[in-house]
Amino acid sequence: MCLAVPMEIKTLDHDLNIAEVEIGGVKRQVRLDIIDEQPLVGDFVIVHAGFALRRLDREDALETIKLFQENLHLELS
Amino acid sequence: MNSHDPLAEFKDPGLCRRLLAKIHAELTAPLRFMEVCGTHTVAIFQSGLRSLLSADIVHVSGPGCPVCVTHEGEVAAFLELARKDKVIIATFGDLMRVPGPHGGNLKAVQAEGARVEVVYSAFDALQLAVKHPKDRIVFLGVGFETTAPTVAATIKNAAAQNVENLLLFSMHKLIPPALAVLLDDSDLNVDSLLLPGHVSTIIGLEPYRFIADKYGVPAVITGFEPLDILQALQLIISQIKDRRPKVVNEYTRAVADQGNPRAREVMSQVFEPCDALWRGLGRIPQSGLTLHGEYARFDALRFFDVAVENLPPLPGCCCGDVLKGKMRPNNCPLFGKACIPANPVGPCMVSTEGSCAAYYKYSL
Amino acid sequence: MHSSRLLLDSGSGGKASHRLIKDFFLQHFGNATLNRLDDAALLEISGPVAMSTDSFTVTPLFFPGGDIGSLAVNGTVNDVAMLGALPRFLSCAFILEEGLEMDVLERIVRSMAQAADRAQVQIVTGDTKVVPKGAVDKIFINTTGIGEILVQPHPQGHRARPGDAVLVSGTMGDHGLTILATREGLSFDAPVASDCAGLGHLVGELLEAVPEIHVLRDPTRGGLATTLNEIVMQSGVGCLIQENMVPVNPVVSAGCSFLGLDPLYLANEGKLICILPEQFAKQALTILGKNEFGTKAACIGRIIDTHPGRVVLQTPLGGHRLLDMLEGEQLPRIC
Repeated sequence: MCLAVPMEIKTLDHDLNIAEVEIGGVKRQVRLDIIDEQPLVGDFVIVHAGFALRRLDREDALETIKLFQENLHLELS
Repeated sequence: MNSHDPLAEFKDPGLCRRLLAKIHAELTAPLRFMEVCGTHTVAIFQSGLRSLLSADIVHVSGPGCPVCVTHEGEVAAFLELARKDKVIIATFGDLMRVPGPHGGNLKAVQAEGARVEVVYSAFDALQLAVKHPKDRIVFLGVGFETTAPTVAATIKNAAAQNVENLLLFSMHKLIPPALAVLLDDSDLNVDSLLLPGHVSTIIGLEPYRFIADKYGVPAVITGFEPLDILQALQLIISQIKDRRPKVVNEYTRAVADQGNPRAREVMSQVFEPCDALWRGLGRIPQSGLTLHGEYARFDALRFFDVAVENLPPLPGCCCGDVLKGKMRPNNCPLFGKACIPANPVGPCMVSTEGSCAAYYKYSL
Repeated sequence: MHSSRLLLDSGSGGKASHRLIKDFFLQHFGNATLNRLDDAALLEISGPVAMSTDSFTVTPLFFPGGDIGSLAVNGTVNDVAMLGALPRFLSCAFILEEGLEMDVLERIVRSMAQAADRAQVQIVTGDTKVVPKGAVDKIFINTTGIGEILVQPHPQGHRARPGDAVLVSGTMGDHGLTILATREGLSFDAPVASDCAGLGHLVGELLEAVPEIHVLRDPTRGGLATTLNEIVMQSGVGCLIQENMVPVNPVVSAGCSFLGLDPLYLANEGKLICILPEQFAKQALTILGKNEFGTKAACIGRIIDTHPGRVVLQTPLGGHRLLDMLEGEQLPRIC
């Protein structure tokens, strides 16, 4: 129901409460009005309808993948 | 990880196939799960996952497509707003083809001369309002707990900037009350739920506890990549096997158990819960959001004195049964005949996220 | 020009019209046939002829990679070429809005002349109407093209056969995303340009080198998915496409991901689909790869005898699903 994609923070403007984000070369401004934890440049945030919803936890994502692989008794690549 | 797709691993075909094989091996009884969220519906079809799941794993698409559940009466009301003089409708693209009670939609009223702008963000509507000070911009607020805070933040900005020509028609809806209605229905034929990832980013885990506690149904919050969905299925299967239904957050990279309190605060400053009409499900108490306090002056319905009528569903439509998992889309007598994406009769055919529309679009 | 803006007089048929034609259109498009200014063009052409017409309207008029002028020439050139023809002559009719800036018109006309030059077609007849402000949106252009059929039997939509390979000449969706990126209300910044190009030479090279080509089509509006659906319906066959073999510019796929769009439904203006017997696929890919407009060419699937009239997509996961036609234009979505 809610299309949201991870995009990388390129620049931050705390006065205007906006950030420039990028995915695969496509850039857009997003609003930071509702994100709970202020992101840093280089962070990935989940963007929905022009607003950053939350910082994406990449370490957590990697951990999830690792668990998958262990779960499936695979060698870590 | 490459910069284009920080989640590329979650699409890894090899990993997915192995997990799928494991799921099939562990499956001891048929599984019927409901993916509440329309984005999950699309992901399951679009990735081809649906064609790879064994016939014993059946997915049923729930009410989690905000466009689909936008009520006929709400559509009639916004079409009326669109026809008003000096009004520009600002809307997400999703709503453009949603039909009203007499088949009209935004595309059609646009052809009659109404001014309609497709925007990507509610904030774009505020910018339109600044740009067109002599017109009234009516933003059509659809969406669940994910989208409502973005609209609330926009209204707060409009108030702070003294932009008086932006109005909002709030058709926002809340997921937990709708789930309670579905679970209360003794006809509901599903034994587990995939919970919507990005709604959960905002509301967290707590509001779903009742699903396992009261109804004994396993439920997993998950993401939208094939691997996310498969992992959720595996968790569900093991919960069913252990007879220990729980609500689990598998989407931890995007969902904190406590959700996003700041977004909820912005939402509650601007909105308060109200009863809402759901297409296919009818009136659900406290399942909608209405502007309150100092923000009530942005209410488009109040400003233009337009009411939402509780119009009856079209005869013959089985969307209620489809939504509850009692009927498969292609078993509905209207499916693919009277009811097609170009001319949808019921909510499930309305948007590409609806279960019938996805079935029609992707099924071989 | 007397005014920096176009006046209704310029479409009156009087002296102002003549000035517009002589000082302006002839200056850019001039060739022996057009310069005669007769009521019709006299053409030397022999054998079977392909003919196609198209009208062009686009907002904005100028976009990265092209403009309405290059689009109007290349669009018709490509349609003629897809029948296996060498495009030779174009007609060109303008409907212009009163008050249009003359330098905008000049940029467009100049761009048309360049595109025609590159495609080696001549604009041999034309027409100009000027209508009151508001009657059209700045400028509409119609072009009609004719060309000589190069081979027999020539490529046609109904000739796809089971076993045939399906090739595309490059990345899908560049034009569509470029236009979307310029739309008001969607403001995003993407380093992407329209693929707008004339494919007449490329088609000529293919037909010369490859013994048998069943179908050529340019996947314009509705994109690859829509065009493939048209072909399988015309040919009464099915088509199996490998999703991960379809070339898509990473910028286009990234743009699509956050707008909720599918690049397979986005328009292309300088690409072709080529369907031909499998044994000639490699040869055709080599020819395509050597041409500047075919460097990213790829074999994306094949024609099958099951699922007649339908396009089946095999996903990277190995699953299968329908790749249907769309109801209308794709709209950015939030859900």
